[in-house]
Amino acid sequence: MTNVNRADLEEFLFQEALLIDNWQLPDWLKLFTDDAHYYVPSTDVAEDAAAENNLFYIADDRFRLGERVTRLMKRTAHAEYPRSKLRHLISNVLIRKAEGDLIEVGSVFVTYRSKDGQTDVYFGSNIHKLVKTGDGLRIREKRCILASDGLRPQGRVSFIL
Amino acid sequence: MSGLDGQNPLVLVDRENHSFSVARRSFVDPVILEAERERIFSRCWLYLGHESELAKPGDFVTRQVGGRHVIFAKNPKGEFRALLNTCAHRGARVCRERSGNAKSFQCFYHGWIFGLDGNLRHLPDEEAYPEGFKDRPSSGLKPVPRFERYRGFAFVCFDENAVPLTDYLGKATEYIDIVADQSEAGMTVVGGTQEYSIRANWKLLAENSYDGYHAATNHATYLDYLRNTNGGLANVALVGEGRDLGNGHAVVEYKAPWGRPVAQWIPMWGEQGKTEIDAIFARLVERHGQERAERIATRNRNLVIFPNLVINDIMAVTIRTFYPVSTDYMQINAWALGPSEESSWAREYRLFNFLEFLGPGGFATPDDIEALEQCQRGYANAGEVAWNDISKGMNRNPPAYDDEAQMRAFWTQWNSRIGGTAA
Repeated sequence: MTNVNRADLEEFLFQEALLIDNWQLPDWLKLFTDDAHYYVPSTDVAEDAAAENNLFYIADDRFRLGERVTRLMKRTAHAEYPRSKLRHLISNVLIRKAEGDLIEVGSVFVTYRSKDGQTDVYFGSNIHKLVKTGDGLRIREKRCILASDGLRPQGRVSFIL
Repeated sequence: MSGLDGQNPLVLVDRENHSFSVARRSFVDPVILEAERERIFSRCWLYLGHESELAKPGDFVTRQVGGRHVIFAKNPKGEFRALLNTCAHRGARVCRERSGNAKSFQCFYHGWIFGLDGNLRHLPDEEAYPEGFKDRPSSGLKPVPRFERYRGFAFVCFDENAVPLTDYLGKATEYIDIVADQSEAGMTVVGGTQEYSIRANWKLLAENSYDGYHAATNHATYLDYLRNTNGGLANVALVGEGRDLGNGHAVVEYKAPWGRPVAQWIPMWGEQGKTEIDAIFARLVERHGQERAERIATRNRNLVIFPNLVINDIMAVTIRTFYPVSTDYMQINAWALGPSEESSWAREYRLFNFLEFLGPGGFATPDDIEALEQCQRGYANAGEVAWNDISKGMNRNPPAYDDEAQMRAFWTQWNSRIGGTAA
């Protein structure tokens, strides 16, 4: 595929958000390459900090990301039973870098999570490292950088950001 | 056994009948929270930070400890200091950054400048004050009343008359030693803090931090994950003991099948991992002898130092503190600790291991958070269902790692401090 423009990227990010909000996580997982990573850094480290020597909230390789999805689809993932209701708002989409088949896209997210009568807001920036493939765009890395000071009062990232 | 008001008991113990109960009122009553602030968080030794967080003279971190704002700093001579972060003049916090390096702290309100020992160095329009004003102790940043360290762990206490830290820690020092002895060059806090919260009473997290009984159901998906991971498990059964260490401190010590960066190999770590782990273990044997090396390397320890310091030496080492904001809301800080000399391989796997279980994005902690919040919700029924049962294992000796002796140690100390009489 060639000539990906911002509208294509927005469409991709909106579709990704929709799969998460609908709890279609096995389908969401298919958006990732086999060597993909999913990161949520802690909020007192640099945005580009490495998970190899900094404590994050989440640092999944592709295997563990698959296990995360497997876990979240079970009734015994107690933190998400009954499942929370989610709405991801994705905005401010910007192409940060484009080299050959690789595109780095920045966006801003505001995500509402409601469970047991309690609603929490998560907000921050996403950096998606995307690869153009014959089957369309795939995610090689998704980094969700929370803009809040820690996870207070949200307390957990028990769903997919 | 009188309670806070001299009448209604909060902890009921009947050893003969193996019964130990805690009143659910303890988790919901604001009067009890006030008593905890006064009699526990203003009297007990509380964890401030780890020496490794301040590498160079001038380094500081700011932190809330026991409701107070504290600066933990290293002065120009390299000495550790704990200062109350409030200007002597009108009270503003003089340092608003989380961490950094400074020669002095200037209050931005009127411009008073304090040294890293707390002394007032400069104040604008000094002529308007009597001679010697600047040098009065009351003009400086007040040090925390008590500040002592044990093997890299720095503690403060707001009670001038408290016993020395090592007396307070008592038998818990044995378990801090086991963590500190994992490194020759000194343990270090890895960059990055997990800062989160739970909508539940703080004491529920003390219980949960060394609760061996809840794993099979509450953490079913974590155990599934370990089984799904090719080579994720060592051929080791979960077995061990709970121990009351006195002064409210307690520990569970046990063997478990997960990998430990110091030092239990799992097949998933491959040949490189085997070489690394073997070398770490061999060095432990050289330094501490076979028996102690095996204890350090192959046993896990979940330690709670009363009231709110968790040092869990499990699939990674975490330091965790938690404070009540209200009866049904607590704030938690968690750090990862590792040997400063460990290889990049060991550090990477340590953090990978940490996140598979621990923290608000892990495969286990979110389910703990859910459990604690559901307990708190259940206490809305405390008027009708008034007691928690903490009796598991009272009928056997020694108690197993998945019994509740460790929680009984916590509650007994809590009860005697709050004003009841522990049985």
